[in-house]
Amino acid sequence: MAHFEKATSVHDWLNQRLAIDTVRRVMATEYWIPKNINFLWAMGMVLAVTFGLLLVSGIFLLMYYQPNVATAFDSVNYTIMREVEFGWLWRHVHGVAASVVFLIIYIHMFTGIYYGSYKKGREMIWISGMLLFVAFSAEAFSGYMLPWGQMSYWAGMVITNLFAGGSLHADGLVEWIRGDYVPAQAFLTRFFMLHVLLIPLAILGLIGLHFAALRIPHVNNQDGEEIDFDAEAKKYLAGDKAGSKVIRFANDFMAKDMMVVAFYLFFFFYLVFFHYDFAMDPVNFDPADGLKTPAHIYPEWYFLWSYEILRPFPTDPGLIAFAFAQVIFFLLPFLDRSPNAVPANRRGLFKIWFWAMLVDMIVLTAMGKLPPQGIFSTIGLYAALTFIGLWVVLPFITKLERKL
Amino acid sequence: MKELFILGVVTTFTLITYYLVEPFAHHQMHKHVESEGFAYKDLPALTKKGDATRGKDLVMGAGACTGCHAIKVAGIEPSMDPATAAASYGVNPPDLSNAGAVYAPKFLATLIKNPAHALVLEHKFNEKTGRTFPMAQFYGAGGDMDQEIADMIAYLQSIAPKTEELTPKMAFETACGRCHAVHYEKWTQIGEKPKFKKKQDELAFETNLVNYQDSLKAYMGKLPPDLSMYIRSRGEHYIKTFVENPQNYLKGTAMPRVGVTAESAEKVIEYLEDAGDAKRHERAEVGMNVMIYMIFFIIAAVLWKKEVWRDLH
Repeated sequence: MAHFEKATSVHDWLNQRLAIDTVRRVMATEYWIPKNINFLWAMGMVLAVTFGLLLVSGIFLLMYYQPNVATAFDSVNYTIMREVEFGWLWRHVHGVAASVVFLIIYIHMFTGIYYGSYKKGREMIWISGMLLFVAFSAEAFSGYMLPWGQMSYWAGMVITNLFAGGSLHADGLVEWIRGDYVPAQAFLTRFFMLHVLLIPLAILGLIGLHFAALRIPHVNNQDGEEIDFDAEAKKYLAGDKAGSKVIRFANDFMAKDMMVVAFYLFFFFYLVFFHYDFAMDPVNFDPADGLKTPAHIYPEWYFLWSYEILRPFPTDPGLIAFAFAQVIFFLLPFLDRSPNAVPANRRGLFKIWFWAMLVDMIVLTAMGKLPPQGIFSTIGLYAALTFIGLWVVLPFITKLERKL
Repeated sequence: MKELFILGVVTTFTLITYYLVEPFAHHQMHKHVESEGFAYKDLPALTKKGDATRGKDLVMGAGACTGCHAIKVAGIEPSMDPATAAASYGVNPPDLSNAGAVYAPKFLATLIKNPAHALVLEHKFNEKTGRTFPMAQFYGAGGDMDQEIADMIAYLQSIAPKTEELTPKMAFETACGRCHAVHYEKWTQIGEKPKFKKKQDELAFETNLVNYQDSLKAYMGKLPPDLSMYIRSRGEHYIKTFVENPQNYLKGTAMPRVGVTAESAEKVIEYLEDAGDAKRHERAEVGMNVMIYMIFFIIAAVLWKKEVWRDLH
């Protein structure tokens, strides 16, 4: 048994038992972050704050939401929106945050791709981040089922149908997932469970993994420079703060993070109070009706690009392309054969690849919402083929890259 | 400087994506109908000046309105309960107490002369289908028919509440409430659902309502939707242009043109906002306060960053 002294203060008492000084040093004051960063490096903190908002607003909504096909719609639109004090606020915060979190995730992802932050020891950061993306997608989809409106119902119908695997006709699997032949009570209850328990648990675990994956390779910097963190930290601690290439996580990095968070929250609350429609589809304010298919069925904007990779092809190739789109980002660290972990603008052909991928995904997103007719259908097809093509050429163009 | 450039790039791509998925996609997917401002340009304007006293005699007498319509403000009670009336006519004929305030005069004039035309339901009620509109058209009481119609409208206007006295609820009930329920406001097609002390009374009310809805379903082809969340699912512009002429969006629909005035349409919208967006005023107020708070938060955050980073540069 360890030896304990009589404590001289509460701090000392806690320190003997929990080593809070050490924890603070390791996690905050001597967790070194490169100084050469821009506001995009705050997206992690912005995501953490947004996740916090989702968690807190979700807890309040959970107190009044009823996962029952007969009462779900009214428990949201009547009880929460009209009866509960500030229920409307929690609901709009939750709805808007669910949409905005994906905007930030995409910015975070493309930042990582641009600066090569998935390379040279940082592969696990990328992979754990992609696992988080999948978990957030599942969380968003399961949450979208809960108001039990027309889009909840029909999106549930369409997405669960994908598991039939086209010509495989795995209808038994679809029924097993739904717990019924069509989305009904069993379906709603299980997606409720997934949304409020299983997937949030997975997300919390993955956030832990994502942070842990960051600790050893450290955060990347704007120029992809390889920094000797020990030497730079010594310089900082010796008092040469201006000359050192690193800063403390807290309060140095935190102060900048919080500044970005402050600007972000201004934008976020503007959306919550004055421009929430983009995050809450009008069609979903019609109660679910299995006998009335909406004229247009489309997912929320953040799933549109992958939906459009599914849509322009015949059933089986479409499903294969869709599956490809879901997993291919995981493989980025291994498909990128270049030895350089530097920003894309210094990487020759990869620079073109990066912007082409970004534009292509925006085109896919736009076409994914539009009705699949005429010119939109054609553009969608070519954009989907471009997406696949870009991934096919990635290993070759990065192999050609010369070492900087 | 470099950070501002990066912010510009991120913002530009975000806004392009937003534009494509929201305004552009909506424009492509949904038909846009311009409002006519409830002018009903296809209907002739009233040419005669009406006299309310003569109008009263016509409405109560030769016009034969009160055979089917109640006028509670004038002491005329309905001759049948809603369910029985709906069984006879398909839908309960409206009480005319507020008609003079809710409906546009030129619409009322055409309605009295030729209901199916005013309601834009000639595709449903014509010689080919063999169906006639339940309300008999007025062939005149022996005098100048346009004058008689003007008199009747003058009478209806004289008993109707002034525009400022007309509440959103009155406007909605008169214009929409006999076909559409709004259960968030406890409104059913046969009136507001009261609180019942006895289960028997509640069941009797429910039975009555179901009977009414069955007749309505047979008359309209389907039960008209509950409008509780329509302000969120359709929005103000859609509802207004739909009400102006349902054929704009749904060619061949059994829903009649309602013929409300622009002011009454605003009242109906307000009623629907109270049902489906009840906290909008609180939202705007809290929103402003939060935005003001956020400005202070930004100032504090910037000052803290500057303080911490002073030694780091």
